[in-house]
Amino acid sequence: MALQGSDIDKLAVLARLKIDNEIKQEVAEKISDILSMIDQMQAVDTSAVLPMANPHDATQRLRADVISETNQREAFQAIAPQTEDGLYLVPKVID
Amino acid sequence: MEWETVIGLEIHAQLTTQTKIFSGAPIAFGAEPNTQACAVDLAMPGTLPVLNEAAVRKAVLFGLAIDADINRSSVFERKNYFYPDSPKGYQTSQMDEPIVGPGHVDILLDNGEHKTIRIHHAHLEEDAGKSLHEDFHGSTGIDLNRAGTPLLEIVTEPDMNSSAEAVAFARKLHSIITSIGICDGKMSQGSMRFDVNVSVRIKGQEELGTRTETKNLNSYRFMEEAIKMEVERQIEVLEDGGTIAQETRLYNGDTKVARGMRSKEEANDYRYFPCPDLLPVAIEDDYIDALRGTLPELPDARIQRIAAAHDLSEYDANILGGEAGMAAYFETVSHSSGDAKLAANWLMGELSARLNSEDKTLEDSPVSAEQLGGLILRIKDNTISNQIAKQVFDAIWQGEGDADSVIEAKGLKQMSDSSELEAIVDTVIASRPQEVENFLGADEKKRKKMLGAFMGPIMQATKGQANPGMVNQILLKKLNEQQS
Amino acid sequence: MHTLTLAQATQGLENGDFSSEEITRHYLNRIGQLDEHYNSYITVTADAAIEQARGADTERAKGNAGTLCGIPMAHKDLFCTQGVRTSSGSRMLDTFVPPYNATIVSHIKGAGAVVLGKTNMDEFAMGSSNETSWYGPVRNPWDIERVPGGSSGGSAAAIAAQLAVAATASDTGGSIRQPASLCGITGLKPTYGRVSRYGMIAFASSLDQAGTMTRTAEDAAILLGAMAGFDPLDSTSTDIAVPDYRATLNDDLSGLKIGIPDEYFSEGLHPGTAAAVENAIKELEKLGATTRRISLPHSNLAVPCYYVLAPAEASANLSRFDGVRYGHRCEDPEDLYDLYTRSREEGFGDEVKRRILIGAYVLSAGFYDAYYRKAQRIRRLIKNDFIGAFYDVDVILGPTAPSPAFKLGEKTSDPVQMYLEDIYTIATNLAGLPAMSIPAGLAEGLPVGLQLIGQDFGEAKLLNIAHRFQQATDHHLACAPIIGGDL
Repeated sequence: MALQGSDIDKLAVLARLKIDNEIKQEVAEKISDILSMIDQMQAVDTSAVLPMANPHDATQRLRADVISETNQREAFQAIAPQTEDGLYLVPKVID
Repeated sequence: MEWETVIGLEIHAQLTTQTKIFSGAPIAFGAEPNTQACAVDLAMPGTLPVLNEAAVRKAVLFGLAIDADINRSSVFERKNYFYPDSPKGYQTSQMDEPIVGPGHVDILLDNGEHKTIRIHHAHLEEDAGKSLHEDFHGSTGIDLNRAGTPLLEIVTEPDMNSSAEAVAFARKLHSIITSIGICDGKMSQGSMRFDVNVSVRIKGQEELGTRTETKNLNSYRFMEEAIKMEVERQIEVLEDGGTIAQETRLYNGDTKVARGMRSKEEANDYRYFPCPDLLPVAIEDDYIDALRGTLPELPDARIQRIAAAHDLSEYDANILGGEAGMAAYFETVSHSSGDAKLAANWLMGELSARLNSEDKTLEDSPVSAEQLGGLILRIKDNTISNQIAKQVFDAIWQGEGDADSVIEAKGLKQMSDSSELEAIVDTVIASRPQEVENFLGADEKKRKKMLGAFMGPIMQATKGQANPGMVNQILLKKLNEQQS
Repeated sequence: MHTLTLAQATQGLENGDFSSEEITRHYLNRIGQLDEHYNSYITVTADAAIEQARGADTERAKGNAGTLCGIPMAHKDLFCTQGVRTSSGSRMLDTFVPPYNATIVSHIKGAGAVVLGKTNMDEFAMGSSNETSWYGPVRNPWDIERVPGGSSGGSAAAIAAQLAVAATASDTGGSIRQPASLCGITGLKPTYGRVSRYGMIAFASSLDQAGTMTRTAEDAAILLGAMAGFDPLDSTSTDIAVPDYRATLNDDLSGLKIGIPDEYFSEGLHPGTAAAVENAIKELEKLGATTRRISLPHSNLAVPCYYVLAPAEASANLSRFDGVRYGHRCEDPEDLYDLYTRSREEGFGDEVKRRILIGAYVLSAGFYDAYYRKAQRIRRLIKNDFIGAFYDVDVILGPTAPSPAFKLGEKTSDPVQMYLEDIYTIATNLAGLPAMSIPAGLAEGLPVGLQLIGQDFGEAKLLNIAHRFQQATDHHLACAPIIGGDL
C-alpha cells in the first residue's frame, strides 16, 4: 500500500503530529516500504483463527473497591508545565 | 405533511463506588481540583489500570434489573482522541463486546398505555475530567478529579416518539438505577446525564431520518426542551427543502439556545482497539446468580405491590411507587396514619406542590413521613379540619414541631363542644334574618348551597376551628326550627 | 573489582574483601572516566549511590543483607525512579522526574541494591541500534564504531564495559536479547506477566516485558528473583509463585530435548553467527542434551505482525504525552491544537513519529480488519507454532540476531532493514514466552549470542541450561577491549 503525502496529513492530524512539508514525501515512502513488508501477512488465510490480544489468553482480575490513593497534587503539579489554583492550564478550549 | 419523531437515548450513569473504575482514588463530589486524581488518573507514564469489582457488580445488577443478557466475556477498548480532559489521549470504554447485552424497560404513557423501550446494550467506561472555561488569562483550567469515575453508558434503541416518552423513559430509568443503588441519580451533580439522538421522518416512511446528537443534558426539563426545539428545527429545515447534517449539538438550558459543536473532530476516527493493559472481563454464572439474589425490589414490582396493597390506581401507584425514596415515604405515611388514600392525596397534593415551589426534592423535605402521618391522624380523628391541617402542615414545614405540638401551641383544636357551637350558631342566625328568610323560602335543592351564607360567619367566629360536620348538623336543625 | 559477577561481588562484600561504598565508588569512577566513550548512561546518580552504598554496608553489618545488598547496578531509563529523571530516551521526558517508583525499582531497592544511574536507550524503546536516543547513540564496547543493539543498548554496553555489575532492561521485540547478543553478555526476557510492568514507560503493552542484563546466568537468576512476582497494580501480571531460580541452576541436562527451528537458520544469517551457534549446540549435546530439527512455520510473519501490533499499541500509549501534565511543552502555543502538535513534533524523534503514524494507520477506519485484526490472528498462529513445538522439545535454540554488531549509521536510513534485526527475537514476544541470549563465542572478533526460548514461566529451565553451558565454556568471560585498560 503506497501512501501519499495527503495520507500522511490525515494521520498526522489524528495523531496530533506535525510533519513538515519537506519531509512528508520521504515519510510517506518509508511508511509505504514498511507497509509492503507488513503485507506479507495477507498471503495467509486466517479466517478460521481467533484474534489474540494477549499472550496468555488470561482474564481480568478485579480490584476490591477500597480507597488506596491519597492526595498528591503538589507532587504531581510540581512537574507540570503550567498550573494555577490547582488546575492544569491549556490554551483556551472552544467546543 | 405529518412528521414522526424518532428518539434514542444514551444515558451516562455514574456508578456509586468508593473508588475510580481503574484506580484506588476516591470519587467524592466537590473536592478541591485535582486532589482526587492519582498517578493512574493523570496518565502518568508507566501507570496501569486495574478494574474495580464494584463497577462490574453494578453493571451486572443493572443488566439483571432490565432483564438483559449479561455477557460472560466483555472487552475494554481504547477510544482514541485528544482532549485535555482525557489525560491518556484515549478513553477506556467498551465497544464491540459490552458487559450488558440487549434488555428492555417498560414505561407508562400519559394515555395509560404501556410501551416497551428496548435497551441496545450497556457498557462500562471511564468519565473524563472537567474543563473550566472561566478566565485564566485566556487559558482553560483542567480538573481531573472526575477522570476515571466509573460510568455505565446505557444505550436505547430508537424506540421513543416524543419528548414526553423520552422523559417518561428517563424517569423510569432513574427509578431503576436508584432503586438498585448503582447510581445516586443526582442530575444536578452530573451523576446522570443524557445524550439524545433525534431524527424526524414523514409518517409512514420506513427508513430513519438523519439524526443529530444533543449531548450532556442533565435534567428532564432540559431534555424535553432540547428535544422539542430540535424536532422543530429539523422539521423546519426539511420543509424548507434542506437536509439535516449528522452532528453533535449542545443545548444550553439557561439561555435556551442550541447549536452545533465547532469541534475539530473532523473524521471522528476513534481507532478503537482492545486495551492491552486490561484483559477480557469474565463473568461466571455463580457470580450472576449470587447478584440476582441481592437485587432489591424493582420499580415495576413495587408499583404493582403498592397499587394492590393500598387499592390505588395505576397512575397513582406509578407516581408513589416509581422512585424508591417516594415509595418508602409513602409507605411510612400510610402506615403511621392508617389511611393510604389520605396519604396518597397529601403526597401528590400539598407536599409535592410545596416541594416543587421551593425547588426541593423529597430527600430534603422539611416534613418527615412520620410528621405527615401524624398530621393525617389528626384529620381522621376530627381534631382538626382539612383547612386547619394546611395551616398545621405549613407550621411543620417551618420547623415548628410535629402536628400535635403545633395544634397545641396554636390552639387549633377543632371546636366540638355542641353547646358552645349552638350558642354561636344562634347568634349568627339571629343577626341574619334576611338570609334566614331566603333559606326558608328556597326549595330543598337550593337550600344546601345557601348554607354557605351562615357557614362563613360561623367559621369566622370560631377562627376556623369549628368541626364543619357538627356545625352543619346544628345549623340545619336550628334553621328548620325557624320554619315551624 | 569490576570484573566480578554479581554472585562474586556479593561474596566479596560478605567476606569483607571490600565494602559496598568501595565498589560503588570504583564503578562511579569508571563511569566518570570511561562512559564518554560509550554513552551508556543518561543520568548518573553518584551522591545517591554512595548514600545507598553506605546504607547497604550498615544493613549488611546488622545481618540484614538482601539478595542484592550493596551491588552497584543500573536501571534502563524507562523504569520510573522517584526523584530521578526518567527520560525513556526522549526529549519529551527530558525534564520528567517521576514522583513514584516502578514496581521493580521498589523491589530492587528493597533487595538492597545501589543504583548508579539510568542507562541510555532507543527513544521509547523503539529501535534496534540505540541510535534513536535523544541523548545520542550508545557505542558498542567491543568496537565503538559499532552499535550495541537496542533498545536496551545502554544497559548492555554498561555491563560489557564493566560500568555496572548488572542492569535492568526491557524487551518488546528483542530489546534485551539483541543488545545482549551484540555486546557479549547474558540477557533474559522473562515470560510476559512474570515481572510487573507498573512504572515501566509503555511502548507496546501486550509485548513489553522487563528483564535482566548480567554477566552470567547465575547473576540473571539472582536479579530475576528480586524482580519477579505478582503485582496487583498490573492487570497483566500473573499470580504464579516465583521459584528459587538459583536452586535449579546446576540441574543435570541429560535427557534435555532441544529443538532447532529450520526457519532460524535462513539465508540471511551471518555465517560466523551460524557457526558459533552450531558449536554452542554441540557443547550442550556434550552435556547430555539431544537435539532435533523443528519447524516454526509462521516465523516469517513475526516481523510483519509485530510492526502492526506494536505501533498500534504505541500510538495510543504515547498519546498521553501532550504537553499538559508533564513532559515537554512547546513555547507559547497559539491554541490547543498547536500545543499538541508542536509539543509532540519537538518532543518525539523520527522513529517514534513514524511508528505513531503507522499505528494510527493500521487502526484507522477501513484498515483495521486488514491490518490490526489480521495481525492478531497471525499472532495466534505464531503462538500455536510454539505450543506445537513444545510437545516435542523442552527448549528451542537458535541465533539471537542475524549478525554481529553492525556499524553506526549502517541501517538508519532503511527502517525495514533495521526491523529485520529482530527477526529471531520478535516471535517470542508475540507468544509471550521467556527467552535468553547468552554469549556463544565471537565472529570476526565480535560477540555472537545464542538464543534460548522456553515455555511459559520456564525461566528456571532456561537459567539452568545457560548456567550449565557457562560452567562448561568461557564465552561469557570474554571481555570487550576496554578503553583505558585496567582502570
